[in-house]
Amino acid sequence: MDWAEITLDRLQRQDVRLVTFVPDGALAKLIQGFETDPDIECFTATREDEAVAIACGGAMGGVRSVTLMQSSGFGNIANALASLATPYQIPVLMIITERGILGEFNPVQTPITRVLRSTLDGLGIPHVTLDDLSKVEFLVDRMASQCFNAQQPAALIVSPMLTGGKTAPGSAPSKRAA
Amino acid sequence: MQILEATATKANLMDRFGLTRRLVDLLHEGEAIVGGIGNANFDLFGAGDRPENFYMLGSMGMAVPIGLGVALAQPERQVIVLEGDGSLLMNLGCLSTIGMVAPPNLTVVVWDNGAYQMTGGQPTPTAASTDLVQVAQAAGIASSNWAQDEHHFERLVQQALWSKGPSFIGAGVLPTASQSHPEFDPVILKDRFMRGIGAKPRH
Repeated sequence: MDWAEITLDRLQRQDVRLVTFVPDGALAKLIQGFETDPDIECFTATREDEAVAIACGGAMGGVRSVTLMQSSGFGNIANALASLATPYQIPVLMIITERGILGEFNPVQTPITRVLRSTLDGLGIPHVTLDDLSKVEFLVDRMASQCFNAQQPAALIVSPMLTGGKTAPGSAPSKRAA
Repeated sequence: MQILEATATKANLMDRFGLTRRLVDLLHEGEAIVGGIGNANFDLFGAGDRPENFYMLGSMGMAVPIGLGVALAQPERQVIVLEGDGSLLMNLGCLSTIGMVAPPNLTVVVWDNGAYQMTGGQPTPTAASTDLVQVAQAAGIASSNWAQDEHHFERLVQQALWSKGPSFIGAGVLPTASQSHPEFDPVILKDRFMRGIGAKPRH
C-alpha cells in the first residue's frame, strides 16, 4: 500500500466521519478514498481556514474530523488555529502536503514551507512528517489517537519523499519514493 | 404553514438584542446556536444564555463554517448561526459551501448594521453596495430573505426550522452596543456547548 492507502485505512479505523479540504494534486488519491466511503462526509471548502472551522464544528458536534490542504494553503489558517482550534482545544487533525522543498520550481511556494513547522511549534500544535513509508501506519495512527483523545489539534505533514512532489512544467516526472 | 414570499430588500432597522430574544424564545427542541464574534454572541449571551449556545471569541468569519460542521455532525438537531455583516463579508465563500452541501438543519442569521461596530463604526460594503441576501441566494441558498419587521423575522425563523433546506435570514439592525458578554474562557465555553448538545455526557 502507498501512503494514501495506509492513511485512509488508519483514519477509517479511527472512525473519522467528516473530511473537509482544499485540494492538492498530491492529495487526490486520499480525497478519492474518503469520497468513496459512504460513512464519511467529504467535501471542499473555499479556503483552508473555512475547512478548519467546519472540522472544528464537526468535532464539537461529536464527530471525528480531518482537514486536508497543501502547505501554501496553511498560510491561510493561522487565525483559525490561533483563536479557535488551539485555545478551545478542539481536536482537528490536519494533513498537509508539502511543497517548497526537494526540487520546488516555483519560488512562491518556498517561504510558507519554511515557517510551516515553526508556526505549528509556536502554536503548540504537535506535528510529525511522513517521509518513510514504513512508518506511515504508526505515525498516522498515533497522531490521530493523540489528537482525538487528548483533545488538541495536530498535523501530519506529507513529504515529497512519499508524494513525489510536483516537478517543473515540461520536465520528466520524478520517480516516486513510494 | 404557508411559504413566505421572498423579500429582497433590507427594510427598517430593528433592535438586535430584541430580535435575539425573540429567536431564542422560539426554540424548544434543543436547537444549537453558534454566536459569531462580537455583538452577535454578546447579545446571544445577554438575551438567551443556554447550554446549547457556542460563543466564538475570535476567528472572525468562522461562525458559519462552525455551524455547518455542527449541523453535519448532528443531522437531527437544528443549528442556527448568528453572524454580523462584517464577519460574513470576511468569508463569503462559506455561503457557496452551504449552497453546495445544502444541510437541511442549518439556518444563518445575519445582523446587518452596515458597520464594523466594535471598532468604531467604520462602514462595511453592505452600507454602500452589497446585499447579503442576494449574495446568499446567488450562492445557492434558495430560502434567503430579509426580515421586514420583528413579526416577519419570527415567521422566517419558524419557516427555517421546519424547511427541508438551509435558510438565510437577513435583518437590518441598529448599531446598538451590547451590554454583556460571556466569560472569556474558551475551554469552558466549548465544554459547556458540547455537553449541551450531547456530544459529551451531561454532568
